[in-house]
Amino acid sequence: MTGRLLALTIVVVTAALITIGTLWPIQSASAMAGLSPTISNASTGSDSPQAAAQTLMQLISQRNWGAAYASLANKREFSETEFVRDLTGSYASLHTYATLDGFDVNPLNAGSSEAQVQTNLNWSSVVGSFQDVRTLRVIKAGDRWQVVWPINREAKVPPQVIPVNYLRWDVIYRGAEDDWGSQDVESPHVRIVAMHPVDRGGGTVILGELLNEDVVPAFVNVKATLVAKDGSAIATEDSFERINHILLPKQVTPFRVDFRNVRLAQVDNVRLEPTSILVAASADPVIGVESQKLNPLPQPSLTGELVNQSGQVVNITHVLGTFYDNKGQIIWVSDEYANRALLPGTPSAFSVSYPADLADKINNYRVVTSTFSVSRFQ
Amino acid sequence: MKPRAILLLTTLLIAGTASLHAADATGLGVPKSVEAGSAFTITTGAASKAVLYIVSPAQILRRDVEPGASVLIDAGDIHNAGHYLALLVGPSSTEKAEFDVVAAGQTASVSFLAKPSRLPVNLPEGISGVAYVFDALHNLVLNPAPVSFQLSDVGGATQTRSVATRNGVAWVKMNSAPKAGAAQFQVSAGSVANKRVVQQVPGDPCNLKMTARRSGQRVVLETEPVRDCSGNAVSDGTIVTFTQTYQGRSEATVDVPLKRDVARTELPAREGSVISVATGVVMGNEIRLGDVR
Repeated sequence: MTGRLLALTIVVVTAALITIGTLWPIQSASAMAGLSPTISNASTGSDSPQAAAQTLMQLISQRNWGAAYASLANKREFSETEFVRDLTGSYASLHTYATLDGFDVNPLNAGSSEAQVQTNLNWSSVVGSFQDVRTLRVIKAGDRWQVVWPINREAKVPPQVIPVNYLRWDVIYRGAEDDWGSQDVESPHVRIVAMHPVDRGGGTVILGELLNEDVVPAFVNVKATLVAKDGSAIATEDSFERINHILLPKQVTPFRVDFRNVRLAQVDNVRLEPTSILVAASADPVIGVESQKLNPLPQPSLTGELVNQSGQVVNITHVLGTFYDNKGQIIWVSDEYANRALLPGTPSAFSVSYPADLADKINNYRVVTSTFSVSRFQ
Repeated sequence: MKPRAILLLTTLLIAGTASLHAADATGLGVPKSVEAGSAFTITTGAASKAVLYIVSPAQILRRDVEPGASVLIDAGDIHNAGHYLALLVGPSSTEKAEFDVVAAGQTASVSFLAKPSRLPVNLPEGISGVAYVFDALHNLVLNPAPVSFQLSDVGGATQTRSVATRNGVAWVKMNSAPKAGAAQFQVSAGSVANKRVVQQVPGDPCNLKMTARRSGQRVVLETEPVRDCSGNAVSDGTIVTFTQTYQGRSEATVDVPLKRDVARTELPAREGSVISVATGVVMGNEIRLGDVR
């Protein structure tokens, strides 16, 4: 009887939610579904600043670039191609493959002929979501409102030759037909040089640093096992993406392993197993991390600029930040992906957030990057 | 079990054993020891048609035997060294004989295990070599045989050790050379040899030092050629980390691989900042930018 009642309740609630979602969809959902009554006449403007911004966001979310461009008040200042490049990137990057997952439009101020709204675009990608916040000026043309798009023209690298003393390692592995005594190439020697377990958010987080002490590149990972007082294994996890997987000789990477449901008080011991595999790798590109600074509350973050010191376009950059206290102990590791391609010699901003409660404890920090370039595989 | 049944079973076993023993004594003639791969003859005293089985853990042969005939085992028919059992199975009895097949005395191949494939220079007894000596049919040659190990480094220096095999195996431990490079590790036994490559790599950097030069709003940093404590150039690709701090906090970091023994990069020329250099856990010198011209 209870089961039938539960089933009936689920059916009724589901039907009610579907009805509510259909009749009163949220902005993003209606935009994704193409349910916008104002899109057809977007080029003539909207009847309020907020509606104009909202219409523009809906068109962007549908990737209706032509209509979005046509709706702008300042379209004579740039071409449609430049507008699209502003939103998706000139070079292949995380932005190029991301989809707009949703957006918010918030009015900042409004006058009789001009207003300001803040738009917050949530893009989703394979490595998580990222936000693009823009403040838009909206002006009145006749009796309609139109958005003045703040175009960001991506820097262009002038045609030139950048000489690179290219360095890479190739590996010949043991073959199936080799004599049985023929040994395979040795795996790189790696060593954990720091480890600090912390209790955080109801779980345990293992923070540390790993050094490749060999003379060859290594693909590395760290597996952590929490051991209880009776010697039994409580849980095992690995560092997944919170590590720089390719380590060149003498390079150090931070790592972080999260155990969401195990309190540190339950743990008697932590067993760390670093693994390393010899892989072919390239020593380029070199990425400089400059102008680093800690930003205070309410949105604590470590920001700076990434400078690609090589001649190759870097399509995706993974930024790992390690935070230390005044004793030099690691107290946090966090990461972000830069969503724009890194052009040679062109600084590009990055931001790595850290927990607000650690703001007073952080004394120093270190940033490392790992990169992915499409051209490397061509 | 009843006593009568036990008595019957025991009688049968004794009779069977006596029969086998009798058959053995009467005619199945095998050599005590045969060289693997060689031809030999087994004589039989079979009064009627029989079947000869030759059994070892690695091989089984079957031959039909005519009454009173000998059986010729051709060269190469029995190629695995070991202990063999010959059984002549006739219509009424079975004869049994045992013999050994030994490896040919001559070494035909050497399997060579050299470990590790990569190690730092100047490591005493860091390289181990193990040689297994086989005959032409891949049987381990158990008789002692002289084996020579030679480790030649890139500078031409050679370490040589000669040892005799024990039960087919010979092993040595050798020192890595003070000079980095790919060493040739060779083992020779008789006329056969086998070679492995052992990479002898530089140790940790010694005396890591950088210099700085202003270039407009930037400062160009370059290390001196990075060498280990034996004077070997540290491998290209080794990461050198330049860190710029201002009032104790990191402002800029760059990981640069060594290329042609030096690491070179540029950082913003901020007055009063301190730039340090390190590779792995080895620290180098520091430069205060106010002092750089």
